[in-house]
Amino acid sequence: MNRATFVFALLLALALPLSLLAGRVWLDPATTPNAALILGELRLPRAVLAVIVGGGLGAAGAAMQGYLRNPLADPGLFGIAPGAALGAVVALWFGYTASAWLLPLFALIGAGGAMALLAAIAGRTGGIALFTLAGLMVASLAGALTALAISMAPNAFAMSEIVLWLNGALTDRSWREVWLSGPLVALGVLLLWRTGRSLDALTLGEPVARSLGIDTSRLLWLLILGIGLTVGAGVAVAGIIGFVGLIVPHLVRPLTDRRPSQLIVPSALAGALLVLVADSLVRILPLVTELRLGIALSLLGAPFFLWLLLRMRRGLA
Amino acid sequence: MTLDASAISLTNRLSEISCKLKPGEITAICGPNGAGKSSLLQALAGLLHIDAGQVSLDGQPLPQLPDRAKRIGYLAQAPEIAWDVTVRSIVELGRIPHRDTLPGPVDAALEALELTGFEQRRAQALSGGEQARVLLARVLAGQPDWILADEPLAALDLAHQFHLTRYMEGIAARGSGVVVVLHDLAIAMNHADRVLVLDRGQLVEDDVPEKALSAERIEKVWGTKMRWLGEPGARALAPC
Repeated sequence: MNRATFVFALLLALALPLSLLAGRVWLDPATTPNAALILGELRLPRAVLAVIVGGGLGAAGAAMQGYLRNPLADPGLFGIAPGAALGAVVALWFGYTASAWLLPLFALIGAGGAMALLAAIAGRTGGIALFTLAGLMVASLAGALTALAISMAPNAFAMSEIVLWLNGALTDRSWREVWLSGPLVALGVLLLWRTGRSLDALTLGEPVARSLGIDTSRLLWLLILGIGLTVGAGVAVAGIIGFVGLIVPHLVRPLTDRRPSQLIVPSALAGALLVLVADSLVRILPLVTELRLGIALSLLGAPFFLWLLLRMRRGLA
Repeated sequence: MTLDASAISLTNRLSEISCKLKPGEITAICGPNGAGKSSLLQALAGLLHIDAGQVSLDGQPLPQLPDRAKRIGYLAQAPEIAWDVTVRSIVELGRIPHRDTLPGPVDAALEALELTGFEQRRAQALSGGEQARVLLARVLAGQPDWILADEPLAALDLAHQFHLTRYMEGIAARGSGVVVVLHDLAIAMNHADRVLVLDRGQLVEDDVPEKALSAERIEKVWGTKMRWLGEPGARALAPC
């Protein structure tokens, strides 16, 4: 276990019980009426879901940055999150939300479609440039179709539902979403963890990695599947939550020896911690309605991104 | 233990090139820009899918990965270290084909390139010359039979060029095959045992340096009149 894994595991272990108590009403298990019910049915599944979604996004971000050898890479760039969002928007557009399983199912189908498209375009050659361009194309296409769905929404209620859902939140989630996303994200993180040595080899560029025996096509497939499962399942249960995959590896990197393989597990833990803390904060903030988690993280992530760019510019200068 | 190319071709890059490379020698691949030097090196390393012909190792077709990676070490043209990792981490990457990080070969490679004590230095804190040595140490750590290096001396100052050439001579003297793409014809003339000259994808010379890099050949291939000064082993190139 490296230092970063230990630090973020410890912080997560401390934050989890605190997040269960935090909320518009601070919970005192001894005196609050129905405390066990509130904890067991509302706050615990929400906290576990934050850990699952954040963990997946963190691991996906670390793997993407390692693969593209670019600290500004974010798993959202590669079309899987927009694909999943499009699937969910289709469910909302047609009003298929009567069954609670349908929306996440549609989102997973959307993520699967984006993954299949990515694999069909870039999977055979395994080239990084083609993969990036294919991802941008898939993201643009899914984004355009989502915008089309919003502009042609059958009624104002559907439009409002779509826009709200796209902003991402963990409000009113239950154990059902936990059971749906947990195994998929866990499998995705496992696949991404398996790419570690290959990502280390890519530190020296693609031709050198191939000369070291890395099968770049297999690596690409593992990444598409791993990111598809982690990000797709996350979007399916929580909507679009941006910037986690971008920010988290930067928090983790200084605590490691900076090899990409050493970042994936601690980034999963740090992503879980970030989403858990952010979700607890949006519950505590004294606003009329609860701030959407996706908006809160974007408000945090955009300045961070700017700071990162400025720091890199200073480094280049 | 030979590395052979038999009539290998690649559309618009290589045209029916055949050569037999021997271990214990430094073979230089020279030619003007766009002659196909890097393509030939990558084809020999099994990193390019050739359209026709065959590359063989010890008379057999190139082995599949990861066995091929254990036997052929490749040093890329543009030195690239994406993350600010330590020198030791970079050198340990050479052990990937063996699926271990044995300290023995890693320490030996660090020592061979005079990098002992540098292990914990970060990549971004290294000078160009140190980076070149670290990347060559990475190849050595894999203990390959063959080292194929694409312009390893480019962007190095005179002293570092001299040191790196000396290291490669040492590697060849210990029995490994060393194949280097070189732009500096004087280095090829003075340090290579054999020179392959490429021109527009074709192999036009395959001989000892004094013959392969004759003034006539240089004029034909590079289109410029030059003459060699000095004695064999200490040659310098000057315009006529």
